[in-house]
Amino acid sequence: MTYIVKPVNHHPNLEKNDLGLTRRDYEGTISTLCAGCGHDSISAAVIEACYDLSLSSDQIAKLSGIGCSSKSPSYFLNQAHGFNSVHGRMPSVATGANLGNQNLLYLGVSGDGDTAGIGIGQFMHAARRQLNITYIVENNGTYGLTKGQFSATNDQGSKSKYGEENLFAPIDLAAMAIQLGAGFVGRSFSGDKDQLVPLLKAAMKFKGFSLIDIISPCVTFNNHAGSTKSYDHIREHNESVSSLDFVPIGQEITTNYREGTKVDVPLHDGALLTLEKLSRKYNPLDKGQAVQRLNEAEKDGKVLTGLLYINPEVKDHAEILNITNKPLNQFTDDELCPGSAKLAKINASLN
Amino acid sequence: MSKISSVNEFVIKFANVNGSGSASANQMFAKAIFRSGIPVSPKNIFPSNIQGLPTWFEIRASAKGYLGRKAGIDFMVAMNPQSYQQDVAEINSNGYLLYDSSWKREFHREDINILEVPLTSLVVDTFPNPKTRLLFKNLVYVGALSYLMNINKQVFIKLIEEQFKGKEKLISPNIQALEIGFNYAEKNLKDACSIKVQDANLTDGMILTNGNNAAGLGCVYGGATVCAWYPITPSTSLAESYKKYCDQFRIDEETGKNNFAFVQAEDELASIGMAIGANWNGARAFTATSGPGISLMTEFVGLAYFAEIPVVLFNIQRGGPSTGMPTRTQQSDILSCAYASHGDTKHVMLIPADPKECFEFAADSFDIADRLQTPVFVLSDLDIGMNDWTCPEFEWDDTRTFDRGKVLSKNDLDTMESWGRYLDVDGDGIPFRTLPGTHPEKGAYFTRGSSHDEYARYIEDGVINARNMSRILKKFEGAHKFLPKPIFKQETNASANGIIYFGSTEAVMQESLDELTSLGFPIDAMRIRAFPFNTDVWDFIDQHESIFIVEQNRDAQMRTLIVAEGDINPGKLISVLCFDGAPITAKFISDSIVDVLSDTNVSKTAEDSK
Repeated sequence: MTYIVKPVNHHPNLEKNDLGLTRRDYEGTISTLCAGCGHDSISAAVIEACYDLSLSSDQIAKLSGIGCSSKSPSYFLNQAHGFNSVHGRMPSVATGANLGNQNLLYLGVSGDGDTAGIGIGQFMHAARRQLNITYIVENNGTYGLTKGQFSATNDQGSKSKYGEENLFAPIDLAAMAIQLGAGFVGRSFSGDKDQLVPLLKAAMKFKGFSLIDIISPCVTFNNHAGSTKSYDHIREHNESVSSLDFVPIGQEITTNYREGTKVDVPLHDGALLTLEKLSRKYNPLDKGQAVQRLNEAEKDGKVLTGLLYINPEVKDHAEILNITNKPLNQFTDDELCPGSAKLAKINASLN
Repeated sequence: MSKISSVNEFVIKFANVNGSGSASANQMFAKAIFRSGIPVSPKNIFPSNIQGLPTWFEIRASAKGYLGRKAGIDFMVAMNPQSYQQDVAEINSNGYLLYDSSWKREFHREDINILEVPLTSLVVDTFPNPKTRLLFKNLVYVGALSYLMNINKQVFIKLIEEQFKGKEKLISPNIQALEIGFNYAEKNLKDACSIKVQDANLTDGMILTNGNNAAGLGCVYGGATVCAWYPITPSTSLAESYKKYCDQFRIDEETGKNNFAFVQAEDELASIGMAIGANWNGARAFTATSGPGISLMTEFVGLAYFAEIPVVLFNIQRGGPSTGMPTRTQQSDILSCAYASHGDTKHVMLIPADPKECFEFAADSFDIADRLQTPVFVLSDLDIGMNDWTCPEFEWDDTRTFDRGKVLSKNDLDTMESWGRYLDVDGDGIPFRTLPGTHPEKGAYFTRGSSHDEYARYIEDGVINARNMSRILKKFEGAHKFLPKPIFKQETNASANGIIYFGSTEAVMQESLDELTSLGFPIDAMRIRAFPFNTDVWDFIDQHESIFIVEQNRDAQMRTLIVAEGDINPGKLISVLCFDGAPITAKFISDSIVDVLSDTNVSKTAEDSK
């Protein structure tokens, strides 16, 4: 057996959300990733976010490419359709799926090899098109399934498990996405659930391209001293720029913020994103500043996390293409086929 | 000097410089012949270039309906001094050459009729702007031809009015240019040409259109809602045609919004990925490309094959390999499509022979893909795709409904005890699928390109994987039921030998068969229209002593496919191969076959062979 059956018995007193579902209803099959893998913490955060938002799993589609990261959609949301596509090409499949039915919530799960290596072209174009997707990169700086080669997000000078030094400068997916016009760009750490869950919730509610680049240490191949993607290194170098609250429609904002640090960002459906700026200098609505701060942090060896950039004004891909609101997969034969009378007119125009 | 004399049966060729606006004037000339009631086949032979290189436009008019390309030109309109030498050499003895005699030339052909029309001098005063003069000069030779060939001038005037509808300012100068040419010829070239066009009614019920236009329309009629594509000659105009007809038929009247999606992807990998994603979600989607695009798409094709996602790919074939001859025609992607992708894969192919079939097969392809849950290739080529063909009108049966295949609804799922995405419930190898968002608790599964069991779970058990692969093959083996059958050129077999051909070769086959009959070699013929092959194909091969397989490629790809799939003795199959990038001619086929038949002891008729 290469899949593991998970027991379905739930404790009767488990807490329930607005749909009457427990967290366990949002789970998937048992993970086959290494024990302690950062990706499993991300799966847990996705489950938490979907539970909190009372999302209906069948209205979610999970798509991925190839690699350890791309296996993880199996480990959450059993009732959602999933699509493990080809290496680096999840963005195009998600784009097509979205064109077929824009009413579903699209969760894209990818890794640093899948996105920054083989799939960087598709990633860039999906961001540029403002595909309505929550695009999660489980970023560990290494190719895990093929046993520890450097990926394109690995920092220059960082050492592999075998002592080799990485010779090339890393690709910063967050900075790149901001420059390409992505509407929502965040970075987080798989070990920081408090930051990650609200960030995921906000991203899922955002209409447009939302990237969350999540540093997710690979316990087997990239968690040693000398690696800049290890648990220890990220804990020491993490600098959070904002703390986030996601406030669904009609709910009151209860958190108190220090004066002058609060930024409210209304989302498309009327929900509110409330941000506390941890750094007075940082304004996540300012594209130029976001890129500048990312560059500075890189020089200082810091990993900037939190909501890095948001533009609540963007139109998503379907809106840009002026596609009708009714999902294209729900049109009937009569609505689609012009019929013989119109064909006769076309014939007449061709003679 | 004797002159070629004929009525409604000739080949005229225009040699122009590309980017000079000649194609639309030449197209107009072809359409005028069509409107005069004579079947016509214009062929644009163009360079991979925007401006300045030689380009040609051949038009064959044939009351007999012989519309394939024919070597040897009866009438040459030579507008490009760069290619004079080559163009003049192509003219048949006693044929005609019309050139711009503003600059006089010696052509050193004593056996042709040279018609001098000082095109530039004639327009220099009327059209002082050199840029527009270049365009109007084309209308001047069209006007001269109208007189010389006796084509009603009013037909041209009407065409000009139609073409420039909405740009009325352009109508009168175009007519003026036409008149200048007509009047000059009337005055100076009386009785100079004995090739004539005489009104007929041979194009009643026919249309003049190209395969890409037809296929784009077929996609609209077939219910496609998503087109994801990447520009590549010669397929681009197919995507553009889909968009054109969607703009006509698929805009919501109330909201002005699009009931379709048209996405120019960043490359072919993305375009096929998008088409697969949309089909996974139950929206009919396709991509249009050519050989190099197919090469890029093959990894995704394997995914769609193995994960069993319907998707339609149009391959408008061009000259390969590599960049090859991007503006020339070929049938050289048979094998790369039939077996596209790594691992054991085989794919359904539809092979249309003219624009009407492009329309029909385009519409059918979505039903077939949905029914079989697999990629379907529609293999057209540049000749069909980009050239206008005289073909029967498009037809549509309003009682027809789309076959969306085995898709489970919410109700279906409610009443089902259990369901497995890849379970063969009906014994035909075709499983039931579900679409995302259909049911709150049932029917979700994980689509993947890795090995899986009947319940879509990841497995590494070789026995289960082999079982799954065998089921997919079963699906393929039953596919012929849904595919167009071969077409025969004779009621019963009359010859010991047969011809197998496909695609655009149709244009020349009747002419070639007639030629062979008149030379004493009557021969049977069958046109293949789909892969996997119908049993009729094996019967036809079985019933004949030798089979000629006519293909427009070097490596006899269809022959290889027939040998491989039918376990046929290769010695029985004789190849006739044309791969110079120009559409095959009847003479090429007839000569090749006559060579073989006169050279060997092959029987000529079915009686002889008994």
